[in-house]
Amino acid sequence: MSQSYDRGAVEDFGRWREFSAGMWAWVFHKFTGWVLVGYLFTHIAVLSTAIPAAEGGAAAGGDIYTTTLQGLESLLVVRFLEIGLLAVAVFHILNGVRLLFVDLGVGLDSQDKSFYASVILTGAIVVASIPTFLTGAI
Amino acid sequence: MAERYSSFRGNGSLWLLQRLTAVFLIGILAFHFMLLHFVNHAAEITFAGTTARMQQPGYFATMVLFLATGTFHGVNGVYNALLNQGLDGTARTVVKYGLAIVGLALVIQGIRVAMAMAGVTIA
Repeated sequence: MSQSYDRGAVEDFGRWREFSAGMWAWVFHKFTGWVLVGYLFTHIAVLSTAIPAAEGGAAAGGDIYTTTLQGLESLLVVRFLEIGLLAVAVFHILNGVRLLFVDLGVGLDSQDKSFYASVILTGAIVVASIPTFLTGAI
Repeated sequence: MAERYSSFRGNGSLWLLQRLTAVFLIGILAFHFMLLHFVNHAAEITFAGTTARMQQPGYFATMVLFLATGTFHGVNGVYNALLNQGLDGTARTVVKYGLAIVGLALVIQGIRVAMAMAGVTIA
């Protein structure tokens, strides 16, 4: 049943070879969280081209918003970065669901298995999405 | 009952808000990806298409709520991560208010963007 463990601080990353599943989940959740919040600021910055586009009467097309977004999407590296963003977002969502259950005290005894399930499901969703994300770029 | 461990200290309402926004964001982030990568392909996004979506009041309100909850969850998450790393004292206060200002600025800019997309102007 319930038992607490002292595995040392997860912040002490030099010990990564000794990390358990739950500690990897913590590391991945932090990493994906940092990526997502960084992306949020970048995303709003890029979408800010909507402001000059609206002022310039963008209905006719050829506006800075449309050309910026379509210009970025024409770059293969951006498509791969988007696949990376999807992977990061899907893992953060699935592990986030797992964390909500952990917070509620549900399924604590199988929290390692639910972490592995999050990783595997993330991989499956990302692989299945690759064709859609690369459409028109290759 | 298992012994509950949490590295979060301090304000309980922030702890709860982080989880409530998480529940909302789980659904809305998945919806956002589905709509703008699978239903509408990102490479085919145009200002006119964005405007058509953003002129629907329900969609507009959902996106603004997405922005506000996402910013709170992200910025509060960064703050929590820094607390985990031992941030304390004056540095903690400076970081707390610094992040609050940065988060608020992002929400304000995001609302300006949303209004431009929807063609809404304040007379």
